[in-house]
Amino acid sequence: MTELPTIIKIKRIVDEAEDVKTFFFDYKIDFEPGQFFILWIPGLDEKPFAISHQNKEEIGMTIHKVGEFTKKLFLMKKGDKIGIRGPYGKGFSIKKSKSCVVGGGVGVAELSILINKLKDPVIINGARSKNNLVFLDRFKAHITTDDGSLGEKGFTTDVFSKLLETEKFDVVYTCGPEIMMKKIFEICEKHNIELQVSMERYMSCGFGVCGKCMCNDQIVCKDGPVFDSKKLRKMSEFGESARLRTGKKATLKEYYGK
Amino acid sequence: MLKTRISKIELDNPTILASGILGVTKDSLKRVIQNGAGAVTTKSISKEPRKGHKSPIILTEGDFMLNAVGISNPGVGEASKEFSALKELKAPVFGSIVGTTPEEFVEVLQGFSKNDFSAIEVPLSCPHTPGYGTMAGQGTPEATHKITSAIRDATKLPLIIKLSPNTQDLSKVAKAAEEAGADAICAVNSLGPGMKINIDVKKPVLGFGVGGLTGPALRPIAVRCVFDIYKSVDIPIIGTGGVTYGRDAIEMLMAGASAVGVGTAVYYREVNVFKKICDEMESWMKENNYTKIEQLIGAVHD
Ligand SMILES: Cc1cc2nc3c(=O)[nH]c(=O)nc-3n(C[C@H](O)[C@H](O)[C@H](O)COP(=O)(O)O)c2cc1C
Repeated sequence: MTELPTIIKIKRIVDEAEDVKTFFFDYKIDFEPGQFFILWIPGLDEKPFAISHQNKEEIGMTIHKVGEFTKKLFLMKKGDKIGIRGPYGKGFSIKKSKSCVVGGGVGVAELSILINKLKDPVIINGARSKNNLVFLDRFKAHITTDDGSLGEKGFTTDVFSKLLETEKFDVVYTCGPEIMMKKIFEICEKHNIELQVSMERYMSCGFGVCGKCMCNDQIVCKDGPVFDSKKLRKMSEFGESARLRTGKKATLKEYYGK
Repeated sequence: MLKTRISKIELDNPTILASGILGVTKDSLKRVIQNGAGAVTTKSISKEPRKGHKSPIILTEGDFMLNAVGISNPGVGEASKEFSALKELKAPVFGSIVGTTPEEFVEVLQGFSKNDFSAIEVPLSCPHTPGYGTMAGQGTPEATHKITSAIRDATKLPLIIKLSPNTQDLSKVAKAAEEAGADAICAVNSLGPGMKINIDVKKPVLGFGVGGLTGPALRPIAVRCVFDIYKSVDIPIIGTGGVTYGRDAIEMLMAGASAVGVGTAVYYREVNVFKKICDEMESWMKENNYTKIEQLIGAVHD
């Protein structure tokens, strides 16, 4: 067994939204939607990302500039080398039933390979503002923005609640800010709908050894990052706290402000 | 059948979670115990919080793992909150402490005065963190004696000193620990450090450049270390390094260990590796007419 980065070259870069770009690479790899990969900028650092595009010989990753690593990545150009390892973790389990997909921020990007495998899912794509929305042309979706600059003004959770007044779903998939996912979970519980969330934690090794990504007794990089309602019910830290790089337990607010 | 003991600590079976694999949170220790570990060791805890080295912190290639985690931990203040009410867990928990000076080891120990650890483990052997372990010369017989004595004076808990495989003269180091009052030896910590270079970008892969080698490739060295230490001291040994299957554990016991540390095998065989190793040990023992672990301990020396 081997966990080492494979070096690939940036093939092209596409602007998606404010501070969001998709990086394409020539790389052929099998994975389940919801599994993640770890990118290595040699000599700098590593971070986990999801694949958002897959054609025969090509993958794309849609990345939001949020910190040191992504800042450096956004300075990289076509032809530059980067390391990749994975896939890691367990992905979504795809059900042949009526589904709803809720993506907040760049969450829709992380869900896009899943969306391609679902039959006629209802999609909710929400972000802070018009400039933060991704894939408006790629997927037909209910659009919502916090500031009302495009689509309905409000949150994905509002749109989801409203949809439930007229539609029935057997399963819901979500990815986005954890506070949002927690709310979606509460709504699903109330309506007795199965939910699968893609969780984010400080995933360092990616294969269940370093112990930094624990959420209760779940090893997020290995048992997750996708968790279903049954598991979420036992995860009291979901929507509440996460571990910092030192292992210290922190509120989500402290964790995201890291 | 698998019961064993380390000093006065009774274990249901000889598999012990090695320090630094999971072990950052109480819940992760619980999970490992539910998966069959006879005892568990916490991640090593220092006085102040440490972020550790930059990523990659761990890589594997075939039969070895290299890590340079850099002892990331929340510091003893947070850790003593994290590891509270340990008696709720169904197996003994060993608290691992690190320091840069004998006094600092004692400070960390005192920070844990309200935690009900069953033993304190003291690695003098981390090979990839400046200020600690072998990079700070803590593994010599003299330093080992000094640090062990200081901690011995400050606690009544069973004290396990964890050694590096890097030195030829391990018996002297083990002897120094025993003379200073250690109740047990854990052998070994990771080897090296080693280096893995990515030739396509001409750079070491690990963020710290180098890292300690563990996993199956370390096993023959760990077995030899345990074999040597068994001859030189009377205190029990936790044989650690590459134990992945039941047969490996038995080999370690025969070399002289009373229990085995299991770390990297969590990667090779998942977190229920403890249960797997125990099942494999039991069936081998039955086939070969052994009824007790004591019959195996040090058997090659007979
Ligand atoms: C990722 C990783 C982190 C480790 N961290 C520590 C640590 O904090 N303290 C310590 O005493 N040993 C640490 N070790 C060493 C292990 O406890 C053990 O001695 C070593 O890995 C050999 O056993 P193994 O081959 O079963 O893994 C670490 C090992 C690994 C692989």
